[in-house]
Amino acid sequence: MNLIKYAFLITSFLIFLLKNSFACEIKARVSVVGNEFPAIQTVGAGAKKCKGAEVKTNLTADHQKINVAGMSSEPAEYTSAIVANTSIVALLNNDLIRPLDDLVKKHGSKLKKNQLITINGKVMAVAFMANAQHLVYRKDILEKLNISVPKTYEEMLSAAKKIRTSGLAKNPVGGAYKAGWNLAQEFNNMFIGYGGKHFKGNTPEPNVNSDAGKKALNMMKSLSEYMNPDFLTHDSNATNAEFRAGNVILMNMWGSRAATLTDADGVSDAVKKGMDIAGPMTVGGGNIPASTLFWDGWTVAKKISDAEAEATFIAMMNGINPSIIKDDKVRKQAVWLLEGYTPTDAARGVFAAAKMNTTPYPMLPYAGLMHSAIGAEIADFMQGKENAKKTLSDIEDAYRAAAKEKGFL
Amino acid sequence: MKHKTFFWFILPTFLAMLIFIFLPIISIVLQSVHTPHENVLITVENCDPFGCKKVTSIDHEATKNLNQSEPLGKFVGLDIYFDRGHLAIENFKLIWENSENIFSFIQSLSNLPFYKAVFFTLTFTFTVTPIMLLLGLLIALGVNSISKKLRGIVIFFSLLPMIVTPLIGSIILFWMIDSRGIIGNLIQWLINDPNLSLKASTTLTWIMLIVYGVWHAIPFSFIVFYAGLQTVPKDQLESAKIDGANKFEEVIYIIIPHLMPLITFVTLMQLMDNFRVFEPIVGFSAEAHATSLSWIIFNDLGGETRQLSAAATSSILTIIGVIILLSPVLVRTWKDFNFKK
Repeated sequence: MNLIKYAFLITSFLIFLLKNSFACEIKARVSVVGNEFPAIQTVGAGAKKCKGAEVKTNLTADHQKINVAGMSSEPAEYTSAIVANTSIVALLNNDLIRPLDDLVKKHGSKLKKNQLITINGKVMAVAFMANAQHLVYRKDILEKLNISVPKTYEEMLSAAKKIRTSGLAKNPVGGAYKAGWNLAQEFNNMFIGYGGKHFKGNTPEPNVNSDAGKKALNMMKSLSEYMNPDFLTHDSNATNAEFRAGNVILMNMWGSRAATLTDADGVSDAVKKGMDIAGPMTVGGGNIPASTLFWDGWTVAKKISDAEAEATFIAMMNGINPSIIKDDKVRKQAVWLLEGYTPTDAARGVFAAAKMNTTPYPMLPYAGLMHSAIGAEIADFMQGKENAKKTLSDIEDAYRAAAKEKGFL
Repeated sequence: MKHKTFFWFILPTFLAMLIFIFLPIISIVLQSVHTPHENVLITVENCDPFGCKKVTSIDHEATKNLNQSEPLGKFVGLDIYFDRGHLAIENFKLIWENSENIFSFIQSLSNLPFYKAVFFTLTFTFTVTPIMLLLGLLIALGVNSISKKLRGIVIFFSLLPMIVTPLIGSIILFWMIDSRGIIGNLIQWLINDPNLSLKASTTLTWIMLIVYGVWHAIPFSFIVFYAGLQTVPKDQLESAKIDGANKFEEVIYIIIPHLMPLITFVTLMQLMDNFRVFEPIVGFSAEAHATSLSWIIFNDLGGETRQLSAAATSSILTIIGVIILLSPVLVRTWKDFNFKK
C-alpha cells in the first residue's frame, strides 16, 4: 500500500516537473531588469521557469538608474525592462525599446486588449498590473468618533481635527511627503484634483503657476499640520510604519501596499482589524480624484537580435501567465490586469480609482523633468520659507532650465 | 635620481593618473559644454489600460540623423554653467540689484539650488574640519597619557565610528534622533519640549549633520595624531619640564609644532573629504533642509531625468571648488619646497 502511495506521489511530482519545464521553451538568452516589489518578483520568477536558454533577472529598487545604460549598448545587456508609465518615458526618449506588434500576433493571444500599451499605434509594452494612491484609514477610530469615511480632502481635514481634539491621535494624517519624488507625486495628485494641467496644451511649456497650483500647495500645507512634524523625511515606507504603529489614522497610500500593509511583526490587533481602504479622495469640489493611475508592464529591448526578442517575449509571457493568480498569495500582491482576475479586498481602492476616471500619470517625454523640479522646490514652501506664488514660479524656472538642457524648450 | 630611472619609476603612476583621472575629467568637461540635440516633438495617440489619449512624443526618426552626425550633442559653450541650476548669472544679478542688505542677499541667493548647496557644503566643511582637528588632538593626548594596558581597548573603541560605513551610520543615527528614538526623546525630555523634532527644523538638521560629520571623522585625526605623538622627542619634553613648563605649555610649544606637518596633512584630507559631503544627506533624508554639491550630481543622474550635462557641469564646479579650497595649503607647500631648494 505504502509503496503504491509513494509511487503515485513520485509520478505526480515528475509530471508536475515535466509540465513546468516544458511549459515554456526558449532558444535565446533573456535578461530582465526591474523594480523589486512582490508582484514583480513573481513575474521575474515566472520568466525564470523557462528552459532552453539562460534567463537572468536583476530586480532592484535602483532599476531606473541602470536600465537606460543597460539597454543602450549593442547588443543590450538587458533584453527586457519592467517599467511603469513613469519610467517607460526614459526608455522611449532614448529609443531603446522595440514595437511588439508582430510578437503579440505570434505569441500574445492570451493578452487582453487593455494590457497593450500603444504609442503612436505601435505596441511598446505589455502591462500586467495597475496601481493608484487611495485612502487607507482606521475604521474603528472613525466609528468611535462617529465620523463618516472622508470622500474629499476637505472632509479628511475636518476628520483629522476631530481625531486630534479627541486625543486618540496627535498627528492623525499620514502621507508620503518626503522631499523629492514622493512630495512631487502628492503635489501632482492634488494639482490634478483641482483641475490643474502641468503643461500648456501639447507643448512642453510649464503651466503649474496657476490658481490650481496655489490651491494644491495650500491644501498640502493644511494637511501637513496634522502630520508628524518630520513629514518631509517620510516616504511611503515610513508612513506605513506610522500607520502600523497606530499613530496615523488617515492616509493617502499606494494600492500595491494595501494587501501587505499590516503583515509585519508587532502590529497590534486594533490596527490589524481596524484597517480599511476606500477610493481616492477628490478636492475643491472637483469630480476628478486627486490621485493618478499607474500601470506596471514589461518592454523588450531594441538593440538585441530578433531571436532574443522572441525568447524574451515568450519568457515574459510565461511570467504573466494568468495561472499565477490562482495562488491566493500572488492574487493579493497587486491589482492584476490578467485574464480571470477578480479583485481581492485589498484591490478595492485601485478599482474605485479606475472607476472614478482618475487621470493616468502622463507618459510625456518631459514629465520626469517637471516631477523632479516640483520635488526640489516645494520643500521650501512646506517649511514656510516662501509663499505659494514664489514656489510655483521657482518650479517653472527650475523646469525650464532642465528642459532647455534636455532639448525640449 | 637619474632622469631615466625617475621616468621608469613614475611611469605606472603617471599612466594610472592619465587613464583614471585626467581622461575622465576631459570627458566631463566636454560633456558640460554640450547638451542633447533639440527633440523633434510630434503628437501621437497613446493607449494604456485606462484608455487612449493624444499626447506629445519624441520623433525618433527625425532626431536620429542629427544624433548620428553630431553624437556629442549640441555645443552650447558655458550656457549650462550660467543657467538657473548652476551659477544662475541672471538670477544672481536680479537678486543683487533687489537686495537691501547682505542678509537678504544671502537669503534670496540660497533659494537657488547651486548656492543653497554651496552654503551648506562650506558651512559643513569649515565647522567640521576645525572641530574634528581639535577633538582628535585632545583624544590622542588623552589616550597617550592613560595606562598602556588600557590603551589597546580604548583605541579600538575610538576607531569604531570610522569603521561604520557612512551611509549605515547615518541611517542608524537617523532613527535614534527620531522624535520617538532614544536620542530624540532624550533631547525632548532634557529641554522639556515634547514637540521638538530634530528633522523638521533646518538649523537643527544642519547641527545634526555637523555633529555626525565630526563623530565620523574624529577617528582619522585621532589615529594620525596618536601615531605622531609616539615620535615626540623625549629629551625636549624633559628639558621643558626642567625649565618649569606645565602640561599645557608642553602641548603648545613642543607637541603642536612637532605635529604641524601632520596637522597640515589631516586638514588637507578633511577639507577634501568634507567638501564632498554626501552620504549623511541621503542617510538622514535631509534634502529638504541641506543639499551639497555631490548630492546635486547624484540627484541629476538618478531617477527619470538623467541630466548628464547638468551633472557634468556640477562636477566641474566641484573640482574648481576643491582647487580654490586647497590653494592656500598648496601655495604654502610650493613655497616651502622652493625655499628648501
